[in-house]
Amino acid sequence: MSALLDIENLQLGFKTLNGRVDVLHGIDLTINASEKVALVGESGSGKSVTARIVLGLLQETRTAKITGEVLFDGQDINKMKRRTCAQLRGTQISMIFQDPTSSLNPVFTIGEQFAEVLRRQDFKLPRSACESRANQLLEDVAIPDAQRALSSYPFQLSGGMNQRVMIAMALANHPKLLLADEPGTALDVSVQAQTLTLMRDLVTDYGTAVLFISHNLGVVREFADRVYVIYQGRIVEDGPTSALFANPQHAYTKALMKAVPRIVGSGLSEVPEVSDAFLAPRISHSDIT
Amino acid sequence: MSLLSINQLSKTFVTANGSVNAVSDVSLDIAEGECLAIVGESGSGKTTLANMILGILQPTNGTISFDQQTLTNKRTSAQRRAIQLVQQNPLSSLNPKRSVGASVRLGLDTYNIGQKNGRWNVVEDALEAVGLDRNMRKRAPAALSGGQRQRVGIARALACGPRLLVLDEPTSALDVLVQARVLRLLNSLREQHGLTYIFITHDLAVVRNVADRVAVFKSGQLQELGSTSDIFSNPQSTYTRQLIGAVPVVDAAELALRNKLAEIKP
Repeated sequence: MSALLDIENLQLGFKTLNGRVDVLHGIDLTINASEKVALVGESGSGKSVTARIVLGLLQETRTAKITGEVLFDGQDINKMKRRTCAQLRGTQISMIFQDPTSSLNPVFTIGEQFAEVLRRQDFKLPRSACESRANQLLEDVAIPDAQRALSSYPFQLSGGMNQRVMIAMALANHPKLLLADEPGTALDVSVQAQTLTLMRDLVTDYGTAVLFISHNLGVVREFADRVYVIYQGRIVEDGPTSALFANPQHAYTKALMKAVPRIVGSGLSEVPEVSDAFLAPRISHSDIT
Repeated sequence: MSLLSINQLSKTFVTANGSVNAVSDVSLDIAEGECLAIVGESGSGKTTLANMILGILQPTNGTISFDQQTLTNKRTSAQRRAIQLVQQNPLSSLNPKRSVGASVRLGLDTYNIGQKNGRWNVVEDALEAVGLDRNMRKRAPAALSGGQRQRVGIARALACGPRLLVLDEPTSALDVLVQARVLRLLNSLREQHGLTYIFITHDLAVVRNVADRVAVFKSGQLQELGSTSDIFSNPQSTYTRQLIGAVPVVDAAELALRNKLAEIKP
């Protein structure tokens, strides 16, 4: 089976006043159709820039120097024309951002923003059809009284509701790939659990592949089929979720695991800030077994 | 002997659509040197309670006593200095136009602590106490990482020499590794300075590892109050069980414990 997304030797550097800063040092990552893949790492490890490259957004930044291949459905996003790439966004590839309240436009109602998303696929879609489709989608994400939500502004809804609206919008055009950048971080624990369960069920129903970006290993364990661990722009470990969690091999993955506070109350472990062991070569769980 | 004592505290907000009871009839005692966690979902009244303790909001009913003295609407400088706050978002809680040191020094100037010419030394000591470099005081908040900014927030609270620290979700904006470091720092500072903490969070896994006692809030009401080990071995209220059930876990032992605790009692 050919992969839906195949990233090969992706490198990224930024030109700054103080010289070039290398952010990604050769990322290899694949996502098959309908697969839920997680990318885990600390702040500044290169998770979000990877998603931005897949969306084709960073290619438009002048100071960014990108090399390597990002094949989506066999086409290289890095070599794509700007317009073709723009057409993919919102239709074939969509994204959910970390903070739902700031990623929705505060001066338009949810209904108006929904219409904009739906018309990316079919720009002649009449208003009534937009409304009924948006209604249906909001009901799918368990928003009670969808009609009221559609006529509301984002600041009139709670964080959890806004995040569900974002999920409904991202899945509105049945994209092949969904990029979810820390979708639960801004929510409290119980709302996060509900939102992620809902998102998991929907992407399974729609057959959407997901690149789930997070630093929370607990959330990743419950959501993803496969996990990539990233550290300082390098993939350090990857494998099926169950194998990786049962038997983490790389020093950095072990440190990440140790850092998670446990409800069994094992205390807080000391995590070194930097360590040579974190830069050890990549370990793939399929190689081990 | 309790350091802070809250007696039948309530706060009602009047809005265009009627009144909202953000905190209703809460009574709590916090002993000196203790870490009390206040847990609940968004909108459960955690931050409103903290704001009343800090004197930012005035309670509708009830009293708050600190060190055997009732806190009135007009607090003395010493009373305000003794209770300090560490906020959730380290970026928005530091003034972007001031250097880190100037932000930390503001409290010293406000409460007139120490000699004027010795205050930069106090600032540098506070930065050092939280594991930052002494010369970092000249840097702008934007030049620091999230974890470093949160340390500055802690240094700012510490510089005033408080007895009670109100920590309002101090680690929820940080990633797992940085969170672990900041939590360890908070634990060691508590031991060194004999501080009392009110730790507001919605993350029960964090609570399990830092708090001595836990108060669970829902819709402004105190649902359950008990020692951390009691809450995590035998939670009484259905809501506490639901909260524990929502915690994401990483290994099989934790999963088994969570599922056992989250079971609803018949």
